[in-house]
Amino acid sequence: MEQLARLGRTGIASLQRLGRGHLLLLHMLSGLTDLTRRPRLLIAQLYSVGVLSMLIITISGLFVGMVLGLQGFYILSQFGAEEALGVMVAASLVRELGPVVTALLFAGRAGSALTAEIGLMKATEQLSGLEMMAVDPIKRILTPRFMAGLLSMPLLAAIFSAIGVIGGHLVGVGLLGVDEGAYWSQMQAKIDLHEDIYNGVIKSIVFGFVCTWIALFQGHDCVPTSEGVSRATTRTVVHSALAILCLDFVLTALMFGE
Amino acid sequence: MVQMRTMEIMVGGFMAAGFVALFFLAMQVSNLSNLAGGDGYQITARFDNIGGLKVRSPVTMAGVRVGRVTEISFDNTTYEAIVTLQVDRSYNTIPDDTFAKIYTAGLLGEQYIGLDPGGSEEYLADGGTISLTQSALVLEEIIGQFLFSKAEEGGSDGE
Repeated sequence: MEQLARLGRTGIASLQRLGRGHLLLLHMLSGLTDLTRRPRLLIAQLYSVGVLSMLIITISGLFVGMVLGLQGFYILSQFGAEEALGVMVAASLVRELGPVVTALLFAGRAGSALTAEIGLMKATEQLSGLEMMAVDPIKRILTPRFMAGLLSMPLLAAIFSAIGVIGGHLVGVGLLGVDEGAYWSQMQAKIDLHEDIYNGVIKSIVFGFVCTWIALFQGHDCVPTSEGVSRATTRTVVHSALAILCLDFVLTALMFGE
Repeated sequence: MVQMRTMEIMVGGFMAAGFVALFFLAMQVSNLSNLAGGDGYQITARFDNIGGLKVRSPVTMAGVRVGRVTEISFDNTTYEAIVTLQVDRSYNTIPDDTFAKIYTAGLLGEQYIGLDPGGSEEYLADGGTISLTQSALVLEEIIGQFLFSKAEEGGSDGE
């Protein structure tokens, strides 16, 4: 009987958490009109979420592209199809690795920072303080962060993919001697603007939405102690990573399955 | 805390870099530049077998890309494939007895349509039809024919 009650408790708790998450999302979205009157708040958040993530995204993109160039060359050269290296690098970056790796890095770099920031604001009662001054803390603090995450992710993913293609070019053409014309022309012939690039951008927008939502919710919902904040930060990274990988499968099946 | 102005500049740089990257992906990586100037005239050709030809496969003449395949449909009465080709406006002097063949780029490459011009003085116009066509070579058929002729040879030697 005790077992059953515990199961029920867990179920109710997780449903309640889900409900609170969606209420928070609605509340954040309702703050969008206020945000248009205060664009400076958004710019400050774009800086801390987007600009500060750019270094890790650029460097990872370069190295992922270079590794793809190396690995792809070794496999493709066995079939005498080194010229297809450009297609392989670009397709894997634009379709999968760009959005997914960017989102994973984003969850680690920006998502955890957002959770810790909001959680600490809650622990030190800054959010309650704002409420006392009749300022809605969700609209004032959370909405700009949410929009900044949503806007930054597709841009970061595009930077990641573009740098990755250049990295693949560096290794493939510069180091391993793939023909430069074939690298670009095969890529341009096979990569489709709608099929590949738009779908990649849609993926990264979805990941940006989910990552930022999870990060902000975990921060806002944490137990306001130092231990609670640290647990919430861990949960942000774990939940974001799981959500990204599961959603990636679903989105890929929807977009590229025939 | 970073100054507001420097922050604005860096955010501006970040947004610009993002859009440049998107533009780079669209122009340099994808086939957008090939699709540009998409207006051209349509001609149709009927094939017994189109093999692995797809929509957007290239149409070439003397190896130069002059257009692409825009539509592939099937004729229920003659059991032929009807392929609609879009040829760029600038190539408007294709004779009406042009021969359309389906080739394969390399052994395992994609299939494309090659046009061999005939000697006619009449040119193909919008909505024109190419009547001289040659189907795609299906590897299995060729191997089958080869084995068959080998077997016949072997049989006649044995007698």
